[in-house]
Amino acid sequence: MPKIIVEIMPKQDLLDPQGKAVANALQRSGNKEISAVRIGKRIELHFDRPITDQDMENASAQASSFLSNDVIEDVVAITKED
Amino acid sequence: MKIGVITYPGTLDDRDAQRAIRLAGGTPVPLWHADDDLKKVDAVVLPGGFSYGDYLRCGAIAAQAPATKEVIKLAAQGLPVLGICNGFQILVESHLLPGGLIRNEKQHFVCRDQKLRVENNNTAWTSLFEENEEILIPLKNGEGGYIATDETLKMLEAENRIAFRYLDTNPNGSMNDIAGLTNERGNVVGLMPHPEHAVEPGFGPDTDIAMRSGIDGLRFFQSVLKMAVNS
Amino acid sequence: MFKNKKLAASGVDTTEHAVAEPDRDQPWKELGLKQDEYLEIKNILGRRPTSSELAMYSVMWSEHCSYKSSKIYLRQFGEKVTDDMKEHLMVGMGENAGVVDIGEGLAVTFKVESHNHPSYIEPFQGAATGVGGIVRDILSMGARPIAVMDQLRFGAPENPDTARVVHGVVDGISFYGNCLGLPNIGGETVFDAVYQGNPLVNALSIGAMKHEDLQLAKASNPGDLVILFGARTGADGIGGVSVLASETFESTGPTKRPAVQVGDPFAEKVLIECCLELFHAGVVAGIQDLGGAGISCATSELASNGGKGMKVQLQNVLLRDESLTPEEILMSESQERMCAVVPKKQLKAFEKIVEKWEVEYSVLGEVIDEDRLYINWGHEEIVNVPPRTVAHDGPVYDRPVALPKYQKALNKDSSSSLKRVENATELAAQLMQLIATPNQADKSWITAQYDKYVMGNTALSMPDDSGMVRVSEETGLGVALATDANGKYAYLNPYEGARLALAEAYRNVAVTGAVPRAVTNCLNFGSPENPEVMWQFKEATAGLADACLELGIPVTGGNVSFYNQSGDVAIYPTPVVGVLGVIDDVARRIPSGWQDDGNNIYLLGQTFDELDGSAWAKDLHDHLGGQPPKVDLEKEKELAQLLHGASIQGLIESAHDISEGGLGIAVVEAALRFNVGARIWLGEMLERDAIDMTAALFSESQSRVIVTVGREDDVKFQALCEARGVPCLRIGVTDATSNMVEIKDVADLKLDDIRSGWTKTLPELFG
Repeated sequence: MPKIIVEIMPKQDLLDPQGKAVANALQRSGNKEISAVRIGKRIELHFDRPITDQDMENASAQASSFLSNDVIEDVVAITKED
Repeated sequence: MKIGVITYPGTLDDRDAQRAIRLAGGTPVPLWHADDDLKKVDAVVLPGGFSYGDYLRCGAIAAQAPATKEVIKLAAQGLPVLGICNGFQILVESHLLPGGLIRNEKQHFVCRDQKLRVENNNTAWTSLFEENEEILIPLKNGEGGYIATDETLKMLEAENRIAFRYLDTNPNGSMNDIAGLTNERGNVVGLMPHPEHAVEPGFGPDTDIAMRSGIDGLRFFQSVLKMAVNS
Repeated sequence: MFKNKKLAASGVDTTEHAVAEPDRDQPWKELGLKQDEYLEIKNILGRRPTSSELAMYSVMWSEHCSYKSSKIYLRQFGEKVTDDMKEHLMVGMGENAGVVDIGEGLAVTFKVESHNHPSYIEPFQGAATGVGGIVRDILSMGARPIAVMDQLRFGAPENPDTARVVHGVVDGISFYGNCLGLPNIGGETVFDAVYQGNPLVNALSIGAMKHEDLQLAKASNPGDLVILFGARTGADGIGGVSVLASETFESTGPTKRPAVQVGDPFAEKVLIECCLELFHAGVVAGIQDLGGAGISCATSELASNGGKGMKVQLQNVLLRDESLTPEEILMSESQERMCAVVPKKQLKAFEKIVEKWEVEYSVLGEVIDEDRLYINWGHEEIVNVPPRTVAHDGPVYDRPVALPKYQKALNKDSSSSLKRVENATELAAQLMQLIATPNQADKSWITAQYDKYVMGNTALSMPDDSGMVRVSEETGLGVALATDANGKYAYLNPYEGARLALAEAYRNVAVTGAVPRAVTNCLNFGSPENPEVMWQFKEATAGLADACLELGIPVTGGNVSFYNQSGDVAIYPTPVVGVLGVIDDVARRIPSGWQDDGNNIYLLGQTFDELDGSAWAKDLHDHLGGQPPKVDLEKEKELAQLLHGASIQGLIESAHDISEGGLGIAVVEAALRFNVGARIWLGEMLERDAIDMTAALFSESQSRVIVTVGREDDVKFQALCEARGVPCLRIGVTDATSNMVEIKDVADLKLDDIRSGWTKTLPELFG
């Protein structure tokens, strides 16, 4: 099934409280070598037909305007998968 | 004076906002998210709740709704808009207000009576408050932490665009204790606490005077009605 | 038209196969049925059941759905009822929830339910879906849900597993209830090692409506369509009902992992708005929510209640998992689903409304004029049963009953054997210690996670004695609700324990100024296969039914949760009783603590030396034995009437009932409520009631309330008490400047010190 994968992460310089909470939990359970955790999103856009370049462009536009909030997040990758 | 209240799927405090408008002396007009006709209202309230279940990001999907798009257009022309809690999140997602709102520092939903300082009483929604007046407004949320870049924060402080600040306790880790903002023009205001829950004696927060007697929230709605009368 | 290719060569077990292959081995045991039940099914059908029919009967005849072990006792709630008691009852037991007329053409529906086992396995989802389930019950009566409450019982506070359950349960209730936009107006939280492996999570909801909005769960018009709408059906909770609720846990931990339901409160919020719009548009002739036993329940109950039949095309069910077999679809407990009966001519109007709310739906079939439920899978018939036998005429057990072997010795072991301290310092220390124990400590750590403001009608909520919500904005008409249970009392004496629970809830409603009107209950017990537990159940139900009759308020509905035990150890019998009261104007409501300076504090009622089963005995001395306090329901009635009369005349500034912990705790709680101190003297009380200071502070004698009265109303108030024969003793005066609770001959306690101990207990335990 053809799909476009959009990966989003919280902006580097902003607080990620979810990541912080998970890091604390990992440390508490003995994983002291993990210094930090940041948690993002992976969004799959599914298609019923092969993916075109136009699809990738549209996905990129949607990724930055809707799927992510560019004030607090970065789109770190957009890839396609067959 | 007609004030619209938009209902999105998952909106919770729309009826409370309507009541607040009525008690302030205005006429509440229920508006539907899918409808871009705002029925010629004089102002709009984006109420609290969990629109679209907070899917993707709080307020993200609601920001795309036809009614929201229309609000964005009219806000640019001076329409007074008040975003409460989820409504504030929608305003931020719509870029009518800068910054972002994320999960509370303590990771728990918290419902408490919150002291605020009104730092900008020149907006459409705060004109009936004294400058630096301390008010008591109920707060209830899990995703209310305000964040912004240093640049944005500097600008907000310099331009006096921080409408409300948390006093005594910062309940959600918001930067600079920011509880609410206003835009440059002063017609768009967003805040995390819920003024519509402090409008009716007997149902507001406890005060030193009596149980549940706090009605500091009423003046939000009275301010905008006063403005509409004067314009 | 076939919905998917699988149907064509489905290999499903059809009624035809059932006849052709009568001797097939069927997994009736694994599905939770007993052999005689399986044989009875064969008898009813005149053949072996198909696997789909077997699935239906197994869930519907499970303890949770059929009440087979409790039915013979629950009948008392319907039998021990006078015409007077039925005066305001619009819908009694047997429906999704009871409905009570409150005046002005308005009615309230309310009910409490359990979700205990799922909450041990998966605390978050268990508690969340517990809230979801009870709210749907309320919605299906035609009401807008307006509030929730919860009654939680956890294990020993320091046991690490308790924290796991507490966090999950509180998060789950908060998550689901807040997202639905329902204020949480009260409840209780109890810690006791006896609930370690069997936490109790009971959830209550209230709904309000106009009389004419009432909906019932029946399909009575042949030709009407049967429509399933809401969330898609998936593998949630498959077998949850019959597998979980009829099984006790091994002491090594939870084992039945897969059968939990997952909730989506956003979907339910949308469903609530959609349903209310459907109801008000008049397009629905009957409605049923899908809870335990899902589609099996909805179809059979709607048909059975309507006295008609139904023809269903099961492949029309919208699935979120296409691999589900028909049996699984029938047993699925996917949340946020409703089943509506819609007259054909209303179909377009129905569709318009559900489409507006973007709610999915599918027409499953229609009502037929035959006493039969037919379910097809494509062209193949997989169910052909008389609906009554599934929904209502399940097995009825009269299980063996036996007095517990420990009972006599337990009752002989009175707390009078415990040494009592006599000097003031030690008494004060005990009081300070008790107020900081997890059971008495401040519960804000929990309740601050709940929204109490939404809907703008909450007149009273925690920590007041009842939750109270306004129903009519025009007139202020409102309702108060209190839920109470004391497992220790019920363990000592189940009959009395149930009476005491009712008395306490009744009193908690009365202290707010409301008039008690109706009752709901959630009966949490161990295994009914244990004759000692069955004895407890028999006694408790009799106690509750007799007490309701005496107080003149009917049980309108409720829930039974059995099998709350780990191995051989059952929980204390824990009958939770909820009382609903009506108040003509919520502006008149009375808070539980005093706000003003210089008001007289009166103790109403008499105190006896009754420390058996008390918090003092259990939480300070780890002692549980003897007999619980006596309760005189006539006295409770007089007390309630006095409180009502006094509140109508505006004589009472605050009223707090005396229950767990005794007078000492009640005084401290009333002072902490608004941080106003008091000077208390108990000398007269010691003399009049012939008791010592320990009893004065910690006895849990019933029918007692502390009230504060403004100086100007003293004379009137005392005269009122005298006229009604309610013992009234001035025991103190409020002091808004001292910041102290001064108890003469005991101690001068700084409010700040008390508050400090009281508020840090739960955060320290659970962070």
